[in-house]
Amino acid sequence: MNMHAAPQRTQAETALIEAFGERLSELPGDGAVMVKRDDAIEAIKDGLPTRRAEAWHYTDLRRLLAVVPPYDQTANPKPLTPVVEGSAVLPVLNGVVHGKAPSVGGVAFQTLSEKLIDGSLAPALDPRDADDAVSFLNTAFVSDGWFVDIAADAKADAPIEVQNVQAGGQVHARFAVRAGAGAKATIVERQSGSGAALSTSVSNLLVGEDADIVWLIVQDQPETTTHLAQFNAELGKNSRLTLFVMNAGGKLVRQEVRVKVAGEGSDFQLRGVNLLAGDTHCDVTMVLDHAAPNTGSRELIRNVVTDKARGVFQGRINVYQQAQKTDAKMACNTLLLSDDAEFSTKPELEIFADDVQCGHGATVTEIDRNHLFYLMARGIDEKTARGLLVKAFVASVIEELEDEPLVDALEARLDGWFAEHG
Amino acid sequence: MLEIKNLHARIASTGTEIIRGLNLTVEAGEVAAIMGPNGSGKSTLSYVLAGRDDYEVTEGDVLYNGQSILEMDPAERAAAGIFLAFQYPMEIPGVATMEFLKVALNAQRKARGEEPLKIPEFLKHVKEAAGSLEMDVAMLKRPLNVGFSGGEKKRAEILQMKLLQPQFCVLDETDSGLDIDALKIVADGVNALRAPDRAFLVITHYQRLLEHIVPDTVHVLYRGQVIKSGGKELAHELEANGYAGIIEEAA
Ligand SMILES: Nc1ncnc2c1ncn2[C@@H]1O[C@H](COP(=O)(O)OP(=O)(O)OP(=O)(O)O)[C@@H](O)[C@H]1O
Ligand SMILES: [Mg+2]
Repeated sequence: MNMHAAPQRTQAETALIEAFGERLSELPGDGAVMVKRDDAIEAIKDGLPTRRAEAWHYTDLRRLLAVVPPYDQTANPKPLTPVVEGSAVLPVLNGVVHGKAPSVGGVAFQTLSEKLIDGSLAPALDPRDADDAVSFLNTAFVSDGWFVDIAADAKADAPIEVQNVQAGGQVHARFAVRAGAGAKATIVERQSGSGAALSTSVSNLLVGEDADIVWLIVQDQPETTTHLAQFNAELGKNSRLTLFVMNAGGKLVRQEVRVKVAGEGSDFQLRGVNLLAGDTHCDVTMVLDHAAPNTGSRELIRNVVTDKARGVFQGRINVYQQAQKTDAKMACNTLLLSDDAEFSTKPELEIFADDVQCGHGATVTEIDRNHLFYLMARGIDEKTARGLLVKAFVASVIEELEDEPLVDALEARLDGWFAEHG
Repeated sequence: MLEIKNLHARIASTGTEIIRGLNLTVEAGEVAAIMGPNGSGKSTLSYVLAGRDDYEVTEGDVLYNGQSILEMDPAERAAAGIFLAFQYPMEIPGVATMEFLKVALNAQRKARGEEPLKIPEFLKHVKEAAGSLEMDVAMLKRPLNVGFSGGEKKRAEILQMKLLQPQFCVLDETDSGLDIDALKIVADGVNALRAPDRAFLVITHYQRLLEHIVPDTVHVLYRGQVIKSGGKELAHELEANGYAGIIEEAA
């Protein structure tokens, strides 16, 4: 007998539960996968997390997720032009893999609907804890995605771009990448669309020994879309991962980053650029585990916030007892362009090793009026001058990628965002 | 060309009046020197002319080619041909000097209805200007003024002036921080720009600069007013005797 008072469900929770009932028969998966889906929807029935859950303190999902649109079978988004010309493109359109896998030397592709049907994806569907709402939502509804298997020592010349594209309704995609020992590749993850959608996406990356992976998340959903995403990675011995996150859209956005620096001598770099306008609420929450000795990480987040937008960065670094000689530094710098713009930063360090170097810092600034005057005194109109100063604030983060086509493509996006919102 | 009439200006944040009924006229082709003790309001005057909004004009007017400029923002004034070489040029991290020069030049061209310069042509102009000021072009790849030495910053200001070809140039203590050779180079740069349709307001503490850039008129600014005007010999007199006599005379 259930003695709990039934919680008053929100409209969104009710819609999710009903959608699950309607979709169930069409969702791919063997028995094991279906059990995970059931568990996930049960967790949602217990209620979406509120600000009382520490991980959701600044993003009260239960309150902020106001509407859940119904599925739209007629939605017909087109594949996107890749961020970098010549990339191998792997689209998921309206939740379904589109087209054939491209052929890239040393790289094998498989659709995730296959891996759901044969059950091999089931172990990856476990939540990490009771507040893992992004995982619950995605696991309950995930329909398709791509598995990218990069062979040992393979070097992908051009970026591999996976796309989750919506045109309204709901999309729930997933991507998994395994980089073999010594592999080298650039992965671009696009989260985009044209409708008022609920979009979830989970990416899992395994970086093999000595592998070197650059991963870019480029999110530019319309200002009507809720986008909830998770990036999970584990780093092998002496490997490198550079994760670059650019958020430049969406109404309610949560991007979780969970990285385990598990192999001795490995290195993780996170660079984030959040361009927030309108009444966007964008939350980037990172949990980083340094679990092995002699590892390094640096996290640098730059935010430009205007209009009534709200941003959040939560960064937690856990240094395990055995992770001696960890060198971890985290910084979050925000440029506020309007009086109503807001940004909250919460850095946390949990250190159990005694011989480490860890630090964090956060700043919030406005455009320097003196700088603005100097530029205008040379004939540069106010809007252009502000644009130059905002670009100066974030461009250094982009330039650190040191990959010219990528840098150019991201700077063009920056210019585009500023032309629209500056 | 420039007519300042009974100008009163105060610091916007505190309301303190700095310019207190200043009158000054500069004709086309003229080089006018402004001298005056520290804190007399020389830089404030230059900022008010350039349109810095830290200062509020409460009375009087500034006419440029017969039109009041007080309602124009700094960019509009610059596009109209007013240029200020700053006493303390600002360092702006993240903005590449070259990019800045290109944007500034093309912004002014656009405001005048001209086409943007093609890159090779732009580079040619920059190289020429840098060469004449004996500046290393490599420096221009760095962020704007960041890490430039005091003298390099002043030269960079004159480089901008040469590129932008303004009509009315205010030089605020461009000589301070320059070594003797650099002073000569910068002065030559300014002299090369002297023209019948261009005027200069040269703010300085030292006669030395005025030996290189010979002024037509010299004005003494004290407590926000011009208390004495004269020819170039006035600068010699100040160099020899200081301000005390003139201040007493005016009182
Ligand atoms: N933004 C400001 N805030 C506070 N005080 C100011 C401001 N601008 C100017 N002042 C004050 O106004 C007075 C005039 O300053 P200004 O810089 O114009 O003098 P100056 O004649 O250029 O002096 P110097 O020869 O030292 O360069 C000084 O007392 C200065 O402290
Ligand atoms: Mg001064």
